[in-house]
Amino acid sequence: MDYENADKILEVKHLKQYFNVGKADEVRAVDDISFDIYRGETFGLVGESGSGKTTTGRAIIHLYEPTSGEILFNGKNVDNFKSKADQREFRQDMQMIFQDPYASLNPRMKVKDIVAEGIDINHLAKDDADRTKRVEDLLETVGLNKDHSSRYPHEFSGGQRQRIGIARALAVDPKFVIADEPISALDVSIQAQVVNLMKKLQREQGLTYLFIAHDLSMVKYISDRIGVMHYGRMLEIADSDEIYAHPLHDYTKSLLSAVPVPDPEFERTREEIHYDGSGENDGKERHLVEIAPRHWVRADDDEIDMYTQRAHEASLIRK
Amino acid sequence: MENEKNILEVRNLQVNFKTYAGDVKAIRNVSFDLRKGETLAIVGESGSGKSVTTRTIMGLNARNADITSGSILYKDQDLLKKSDKDMESIRGQDIAEIFQDPMTSLDPTMKIGKQIAEPLMVHKGMKKEKALAQALEMMKLVGITDAENRINDYPHQFSGGMRQRIVIAIALINYPEILIADEPTTALDVTIQAQILNLMKELQDKISTSIIFITHDLGVVAGMADRVAVMYAGKIVEYGTVDEIFYNPKHPYTWGLLSSMPTLDSSGDELPSIPGTPPDLLDPPKGDAFAARNAYALKVDTEQEPPFFKVSDTHYAATWLLHPEAPKVTPPAQIVARQKKYAEMQKDLVAQQRPAVPVEEEEEQQ
Repeated sequence: MDYENADKILEVKHLKQYFNVGKADEVRAVDDISFDIYRGETFGLVGESGSGKTTTGRAIIHLYEPTSGEILFNGKNVDNFKSKADQREFRQDMQMIFQDPYASLNPRMKVKDIVAEGIDINHLAKDDADRTKRVEDLLETVGLNKDHSSRYPHEFSGGQRQRIGIARALAVDPKFVIADEPISALDVSIQAQVVNLMKKLQREQGLTYLFIAHDLSMVKYISDRIGVMHYGRMLEIADSDEIYAHPLHDYTKSLLSAVPVPDPEFERTREEIHYDGSGENDGKERHLVEIAPRHWVRADDDEIDMYTQRAHEASLIRK
Repeated sequence: MENEKNILEVRNLQVNFKTYAGDVKAIRNVSFDLRKGETLAIVGESGSGKSVTTRTIMGLNARNADITSGSILYKDQDLLKKSDKDMESIRGQDIAEIFQDPMTSLDPTMKIGKQIAEPLMVHKGMKKEKALAQALEMMKLVGITDAENRINDYPHQFSGGMRQRIVIAIALINYPEILIADEPTTALDVTIQAQILNLMKELQDKISTSIIFITHDLGVVAGMADRVAVMYAGKIVEYGTVDEIFYNPKHPYTWGLLSSMPTLDSSGDELPSIPGTPPDLLDPPKGDAFAARNAYALKVDTEQEPPFFKVSDTHYAATWLLHPEAPKVTPPAQIVARQKKYAEMQKDLVAQQRPAVPVEEEEEQQ
């Protein structure tokens, strides 16, 4: 990916997403995060359950009203889409692939109607023949057969259902796709198929992905850049190879050290690094700092030196 | 029992499920041993029969299950011939199970102390106070912090990881001979998963139980298992020690499984994947069930089922590729790299054994 000339398709600025605001059980699901996603890249978002990664995805596609902060899509503030036309365009450009291929397809609709729902709503098809053709093309694109179009979801396996979900997302010709744990419900052998399909579609259609997952090895494989979230905050952002080879933040180190690797020799010697998150809540002002080129770490003023030192040791900074 | 070291011997097990569409042949002639104190991992896709195998051992199959043949020997007794009542006393006492989802395997309306103590009261007829005291010890053993104050809490007051610790405490309270763990960490985050797996290893050392570990995560298998059995379409297709399966796999399905998982080092555009989907077990295909998805399939695979070929004393694989007359094939790149590593490890082992000689001489001198 060429980042010199890349333009930003999405800018998230100081996004806060709180629930039950003002009540005793206020939840700060996303607490002041900022990041950009460039056109044509895959941005991976990792973190444990409860870290706020799904909430971030949902806030971006505007399923929630953000508590504060801005989300700019193609330079326009998502919150300010007041006119129907603007909203419709936004909903076409941004689509979502869901985690559970069983819950996310209406069991009483035929595959062709599931896939064509976006086409119908946006009046993209000229006539019935065009609609049918579009659906059949989409099914073919995702590796299904056009004969499948008059069947119901229960007739398909998990991997095939996820392909239907992908075809549905592609039906409105989106530019930006949020995939929230799209493969975690699938078997290992099927996961690879779906990931390969997503990569192929990205090459062919120039899609931008926000890939949310907790399976760190798969995230690394598919992503160009990765953001690590913890307790609603973004702790580290860097190129995926770099963040895996040279994590700077202690939490990222701890998270990576916990990933089991299919290699018994490695597993016998693997040491998990324990992370103590209490330091994060000491009340000091912290924000993302670019420690090495395009490698951001959340730090306060005193910690910058420490991270810079670490970056030097990992030869991320030349001098 | 055929072998002193075995705690469980499963022989020629066949299980069908009766459905309106016909008989689903879920387990098709499965045999394996569980040795005392070892961890045996069973890996495979959903529908390959891993869970049905363990549920048959536990006597927990659905009512439409039909065990058409086979035996499961535990302490010289066939579990399949036991009455429901006998099985009830074996479950939770001799053989215990940890289930996948800690959210649904606990009773939401019962205090956790009582849930942990229940097996003691039911199986050992222990008095409530004594049982609760032991439950408290067990809670400390599985690492539930502040156990004294939490013994009267309900499951919803605990996090997912803590709930799985409670489930483990319930399973282990009677010091079972065999522990079956069916995807015990699949619902958990990686950091919590690491804690639970470490806990299981620790407890296995302490109470010397044998574990059957079911999972589809090969990373977890690499860290937990002593031996591995790979299942596909209701059969075991390959089994061996963990090193043999990960570094010298022989079955194309095992190759496919290992290559389709990206390691933290893998890159490139296309992830090797196994094409297609598993066969319908209502009507299993003739010959090798994996043939239709297998790039290395031979003509004989569609006609005749491959028997087990011996690779080493501990390693067997059911693929015609191991037949002396089979053509030589080159496995996928990742597998070749693994085999190379294995060869080097064997060399290292030999090298490590050599300096042992002078040590022995020293001892003789002393």
